[in-house]
Amino acid sequence: MSEKQKKDTTEQTEFRAYCRAWLAENKPGEPPVRLPQSALEVMTTDQLDYLQAWQKSAYDAGLVGCDYPKDVGGGGRKDCQRVANEEMQRIGTPFFPNVIGLGMAAPTIFFHGSDELKKKLLPKLFSGEEIWCQGFSEPGAGSDLANMQTSVVIDGDDWILNGHKVWTSCAHFASYMIILVRSGNEVRYENLSYFVVPIKSALGEGVTVRPLIKMTGETGFNEVIFENLKVPDAYRLDQVGSGWKVAMTTLAHERSAGIMVTPSAGGMTNKEVQGAGTADGLIELARTSMRNGRRAADDPMIRDSIMKVLIRERAFGLGQKRAKVPALCDNNPARLATQIKLVISEIRQETSKVAMEAMGAASTLYLADENALVEGQWALAHMNTYGFTIAAGTSEVQRNILGERVLGLPKSK
Amino acid sequence: MALPKDFGFGEDETMLQDTARRFFADNLQTEKLHKLVAENHEPEVASACHWQKEMWEQMVELGWAMIAVPENAGGIGMPAVAAVALAEEIGRVCLPSPMMQVMSATYVLAACAAERVQGAMDDIVGGKVIGLAITNKAGSWEHSETDITASEEAGLTLNGTAWYVQDARKLNTFVVKARSNAGIGLYLVPADAEGVSIHPDSIIDLSRDQAHVSFENVKISSSQIMAPAGEGEMALAKAEPALLCLVTADIVGAAEWQLQTTVEYANTRIQFDKPIGFFQAVKHPLVDMMIMIDEAKSLLYTAACAIDHEAESALNYARMAKAVASDAAEYCSNKSIQLHGGIGFTWESFMHLYFKRQKHNQQLLGDGFYHRAKLADALIGPVVVC
Repeated sequence: MSEKQKKDTTEQTEFRAYCRAWLAENKPGEPPVRLPQSALEVMTTDQLDYLQAWQKSAYDAGLVGCDYPKDVGGGGRKDCQRVANEEMQRIGTPFFPNVIGLGMAAPTIFFHGSDELKKKLLPKLFSGEEIWCQGFSEPGAGSDLANMQTSVVIDGDDWILNGHKVWTSCAHFASYMIILVRSGNEVRYENLSYFVVPIKSALGEGVTVRPLIKMTGETGFNEVIFENLKVPDAYRLDQVGSGWKVAMTTLAHERSAGIMVTPSAGGMTNKEVQGAGTADGLIELARTSMRNGRRAADDPMIRDSIMKVLIRERAFGLGQKRAKVPALCDNNPARLATQIKLVISEIRQETSKVAMEAMGAASTLYLADENALVEGQWALAHMNTYGFTIAAGTSEVQRNILGERVLGLPKSK
Repeated sequence: MALPKDFGFGEDETMLQDTARRFFADNLQTEKLHKLVAENHEPEVASACHWQKEMWEQMVELGWAMIAVPENAGGIGMPAVAAVALAEEIGRVCLPSPMMQVMSATYVLAACAAERVQGAMDDIVGGKVIGLAITNKAGSWEHSETDITASEEAGLTLNGTAWYVQDARKLNTFVVKARSNAGIGLYLVPADAEGVSIHPDSIIDLSRDQAHVSFENVKISSSQIMAPAGEGEMALAKAEPALLCLVTADIVGAAEWQLQTTVEYANTRIQFDKPIGFFQAVKHPLVDMMIMIDEAKSLLYTAACAIDHEAESALNYARMAKAVASDAAEYCSNKSIQLHGGIGFTWESFMHLYFKRQKHNQQLLGDGFYHRAKLADALIGPVVVC
């Protein structure tokens, strides 16, 4: 019996057995197209169709939204999403495409939306039939999020929305956006309001979605421009002016520190690229790649670098376990929890950086080159790590947060 | 075997940690430590050996000298996480004490045949200060290497010198590593035995003393053989994870003090009309100190827990812990001085006491490069030379 099973409740034990049985029968086969490294880089409808079909089948089977009440389309279970996630990741399923919807929109709507909105929106969000995106950042409001300018003005029972959102992952497929806007005079954290906005149905009629092309060459995120778009008041979450409070719910869940466990599948990759991104994958790479005319695994500098990132990766995983033992955390559990985003994103960056170094001259070869090692995925992974160290609060902002909230240093703003 | 979720850190361990923290807070404020070890600043004076014998006796009375002595040998036999908790508190107060040596020797003796070491264990329980003399002049941490020979002509005798012997002037007895034709053995030698001479080193660390210890025709009776020739390497290898954990714990405790003390200073020192901790050039390195310390702690508690629950993985975890801790010792020492500015560079500041202990700790039993190379051999495989 594994550690995880030992602490299961009766409901969780039964549910785990159910998940296992269902997944054994219904785990999707090899994808017909090469999948991107995460849901944030889904580019083609072929990729999307395959992933949406998988999410729908998992939802229909009860593996998505397990902990939400039945009347909003959930499973009505208690702390079972974690179990479903563990089982899906254990056998390596594809990931879910509606990642913003599940991780950020769902908990926000659930905690701040009207009953009508929850019932109308959550079932198709869970099933993945409707893809969601998120509109926080703007050209002038990145790390300084409260500086946003996109605004709404009241017009009878509607609001008129104008503005410009950027880095909007999944907007090119999205039916809805969760959006933070200014609903009154400009006083930073005040007078912000939070809406859900149907965007797919308004494309060309007040909504323009344009891809922003990443340094990797991939699309996946976008800029979204609103011009006099009419948004019904019924799509507002919480009170007018409470937008910042609502946004905190979204951000807490984005940083894995929210109340609801995000449905999360994954682990399936095309065979050839397995391990790209991890320290164990890095060791495999070093055993086969040549650098400066000799095997990378025999180069003492590379060996030292690999061990450095491997040790950090192990320490991170063990830190998650230590966080649950107060006596070993200076009785300050927030200290480790607050580090998660910063540390894991920097470990990924460091790991893929060392991989590039281990490949030596061959690190120049990219995705379309037949001689590229691991199909060029390490270079792609490395460039994509900058997304992790920049998105959801840059590493610099994370260090401010840690310094201020954990170490008690004066605020930098 | 799986590691317990609480890292084996239960009520008894928490109580030990609390008691130790209170004991040191009551008995060794940093001012007192500074007065004790830093009375003479002159750089070219030979190192003194400052420690409080009475405090050692109190610690023995509290039972701390025997927490690693197995129960069936008359000790308390607490798990390694307990020894680590105590060592961390000792590091936090930069304590001049042979406790780490005694606990290290205990782990080595516990890895020898029980009937051979019972006398030595009794001595430890009684408060005798026993430590290891296992390093050669080249500073090798390999169990097979020593500059001391054991010869069997005319009875067993030891000849040669042990280097980098920790807290040598505080020790009553050495556990000496020596080589004979039959291999490595471990021998118990009283500091006042005939032929033993202690040559104190002049060292950077003010909270320790160190020496090279010469053995000239030192006679060894059969009762002094802890591990007969050929069995010493195995005992040392078995104890190695615990030894690494003890130094790592000392580093982690000291580094946490460096972090908290520097944070306090950054919150109170005003420049440009603001506490300097306002500035990100000060704030961010403090966060990086915390992250390194936390990585070392997570690995340390896992390694210590593995010693009792998953012995086969203890050495790798302990190497990881020491590697990160050695780097953290360096980084935290650097930043704790630098972020204190001018005052941090003075003798009157307390920062240098910890800086010096950490530079010493960084190298003890191998630094980050050494342990990463060892880990690479284990996890990647040996280097193939073409």
